[in-house]
Amino acid sequence: MTEHNRKLLDSVTEKSGRIQRAPENFLNAVQLVEVAAGRRDFLRAAFMSAAGATAALGNRAALAESQGDPNILTLPEHSKGLGQPVATRGYGSPSVWEKNLQRRESPGLTRVGAAGVSFCPLQGLFGIITPNGLHFERHHQGWWDIDPTKHRFMINGLVKNPKVYTMNDLMRLPSVSRMHFIECGANTGMEWGNVAVPTVQYTHGMLSCCEFTGVPLSVLLEDCGFDKVKGKYLLAEGADGSGMTRTISMERALDDCFVAYAMNGEMLRPENGYPLRLVVPGIQGVSWVKWLRRIEVGDMPYATKDETLHYVDLMPDGMQRQYTSIQECKSVITTPSGGQALLGRGFYNITGLAWSGRGRIKRVDVSIDGGRNWRIARLETPILSKCFTRFNIGWNWQGGPAVLQSRAVDETGYVQPQLNQLRQVRGSRSIYHNNAIQSWQVNGSGEVSNVHVS
Amino acid sequence: MSMFPDRVRCYEAAMAGTIICIGVMSAAFAQSIPLPYTGIGRTATPAEIKAWDIDVRPDFKGLPPGAGSVANGQQIWETKCESCHGTFGESNEVFTPITGGTTPEDRVTGHVEALMRSDFPQRTTLMKLTQLSTLWDYINRAMPWNAPKSLTVDEVYAVTAYILNLGDILPADFVLSDKNIREVQAMLPNRNGMLKFEPLWNIKGSGDVHNTLCMTDCKIDAKTISSLPDFARNAHGNLAEQNRLIGPVQGINTAEVFGDATPAKKAATKVVSTAPDASDLAKKYACVACHATRSKLIGPSYKDISAKYNGDVGASAKLAAKIRIGGAGTWGTTPMPAHAAISDEDLHALAQWSLSGGQ
Ligand code: HEC
Ligand code: HEC
Repeated sequence: MTEHNRKLLDSVTEKSGRIQRAPENFLNAVQLVEVAAGRRDFLRAAFMSAAGATAALGNRAALAESQGDPNILTLPEHSKGLGQPVATRGYGSPSVWEKNLQRRESPGLTRVGAAGVSFCPLQGLFGIITPNGLHFERHHQGWWDIDPTKHRFMINGLVKNPKVYTMNDLMRLPSVSRMHFIECGANTGMEWGNVAVPTVQYTHGMLSCCEFTGVPLSVLLEDCGFDKVKGKYLLAEGADGSGMTRTISMERALDDCFVAYAMNGEMLRPENGYPLRLVVPGIQGVSWVKWLRRIEVGDMPYATKDETLHYVDLMPDGMQRQYTSIQECKSVITTPSGGQALLGRGFYNITGLAWSGRGRIKRVDVSIDGGRNWRIARLETPILSKCFTRFNIGWNWQGGPAVLQSRAVDETGYVQPQLNQLRQVRGSRSIYHNNAIQSWQVNGSGEVSNVHVS
Repeated sequence: MSMFPDRVRCYEAAMAGTIICIGVMSAAFAQSIPLPYTGIGRTATPAEIKAWDIDVRPDFKGLPPGAGSVANGQQIWETKCESCHGTFGESNEVFTPITGGTTPEDRVTGHVEALMRSDFPQRTTLMKLTQLSTLWDYINRAMPWNAPKSLTVDEVYAVTAYILNLGDILPADFVLSDKNIREVQAMLPNRNGMLKFEPLWNIKGSGDVHNTLCMTDCKIDAKTISSLPDFARNAHGNLAEQNRLIGPVQGINTAEVFGDATPAKKAATKVVSTAPDASDLAKKYACVACHATRSKLIGPSYKDISAKYNGDVGASAKLAAKIRIGGAGTWGTTPMPAHAAISDEDLHALAQWSLSGGQ
């Protein structure tokens, strides 16, 4: 056995290790001997909270001392008793073993929770759909659970017939269901200057992807007879205290924007704008106005608070770029990623997400040597426009240090930039639109951490 | 359009700012032009549009007539804004400062010099502000934060004028109105500090930063130029508790190495829970904007409140009433705002919770 593997094993079987001992999840060597000797009294508690960690960790030395894995040799309660009846939980929730994956705040990022952010735990998610309860949150004046029978949606401005719609009206109209990512313009914003946060949840977690259902804006705008000559801009306005307002270009609106009432097969969650929000594919999340109450058709941009005082990108010459809305092509490896530790040498599946506000993902390359050499990753289907694309690539970890990176290319041919390329053009004070290649450093003991490399 | 003369007239009237088209839109008219989606939605009434169409554009379209003096604005500021934004708009307790960082020279150039300096610590509202309409519109729709849309039109003018006075942009005897707002726009220190950036607005743009598709032996230094300092390892809480128990990797036990003592840990590992307990209520009603458990923010700490009323049997009811109506005098001259919208049940829970020191 190599020195490294021995260390890893020790960390599993003894207390001192750095790799997390999932509480009460597995047995140490002494306990395994006891199992083999038939003493099982202490096992009940352990098995009540058991998981197959021993086997999963490949604790071969310990196994060799016993007749086999106690998780196999000793039948668990769930194999010997009666389980719970149907509809025990009228609305199901995740396994109790999954409670580590939660939306979380980054300490000190904002001062008050009602004008704050909670980040999506990307490090533990699969595929391309974000579970509704884990969708990231960003509110400016707190969230509400609005009575849908009283919610109204108005279209006015440069229209022949300014109209009011109830939710009943909207849900009668022709609908579309589309999968799109939503990313806050400030996602990865804490990382412009230096490494600031430890895990992908905090570097990239103002990001989610759902299947949204609702009515195309083109249908609604036609229904109101919008001015096709002068109507170049829309103002979208929320019904919450902040009355969130954002300018949308008419071109975007007619292309693929819609007012959504559903996400992932159920109605929107209150934190995500129940009962109505705007979906603006490819555009930063702040434009996806929640609790949407009004759209005004106009002939100039509106310079609202969140497009004049915030969501403006400060350049080195002191000029602020306004209306920088598109979320350019970006990707990140979610496993292995910062704050995680590999469980020993051998095969790993490097997996991550890629997305572009300008269309489909064409290709993702992965490097394990900090960007010197690259291999093309396998893209999972579906590959949809302005939607997450999941990528995978195999890797045999030999125990040495590595720096993992992913680099996405979208259908326009745009290549995700390096951090130093971004900084050369935009400096490091712009807060918004950091779509740099992310680096995860793996050290000799398998610990992964967030680094910036040159 | 020529097919529907009535509608065109109606639309033009709306454009001129008067919404008189509704009378023209008789039911008979609507029926004579079958829309593709019949029976869905209805025409908005003028009163409805007036109630909701509150936005003010950069060209000040939508700005209601009115006026407010700096002096009046100061009074409003001190009673309704100061508690969160500080006496001079300088506070960063609740949000970034509103004032500071602008100079008389900036008012000449129209581009704030401090924005060009990478060493300047803050970006205040007045440093960034390019459109006065933005400030007016936002205060009108969203402030005070805990009672949005409660100011009258004249109050919005007044408090806007006062903020500009705090920034040395308007003199103390100024009265801001719809008549002179354009002249004031021309005085903003950063009025020339913004450009519409097409490459990130237009979907067909190709961006401003470009990388190439090098595949082998690419030129890199491979030097780590930044990593998380050891003391910050646990600043986001124990990462072992933020990863799945099973899988190819596990979360690193960051608490084990550096101990549980990191103060930030508690905050971070407190998950966003949905269980409504009093601390959630305090978040929900934004009490946390002004009160903390141990330290004085704008209002007293819960610990101090608990100590002050220790043994006072009537304290709970008294405090509930105080939270409801707000006011100053017990702890200082800064008033607590009124909280009209809290249910009695929540109010009681919050009073109890305050008395328990925020436990
Ligand atoms: C209870 C605390 C509180 C009170 C009282 C309050 N504000 Fe605010 N204010 C905030 C918060 C929090 C924000 C940031 C909201 C966000 O994130 O969108 C803010 C934002 C602002 C901004 C925008 C600043 C920027 O750069 O984006 C202005 C201007 C403002 N407030 C003015 C006022 C005025 C005027 C009053 C009084 C009429 C007032 N506020 C009362 C908490 C408060
Ligand atoms: C805008 C800032 C602000 C907000 C928001 C706020 N408070 Fe206060 N609070 C104060 C100030 C200032 C005082 C001190 C008043 C005084 O001196 O009489 C105070 C005092 C108190 C006191 C002590 C009252 C007394 O007479 O001793 C309690 C209890 C209290 N607040 C609870 C709350 C609760 C609960 C909430 C949320 C529902 C809340 N506060 C929201 C600023 C605030």
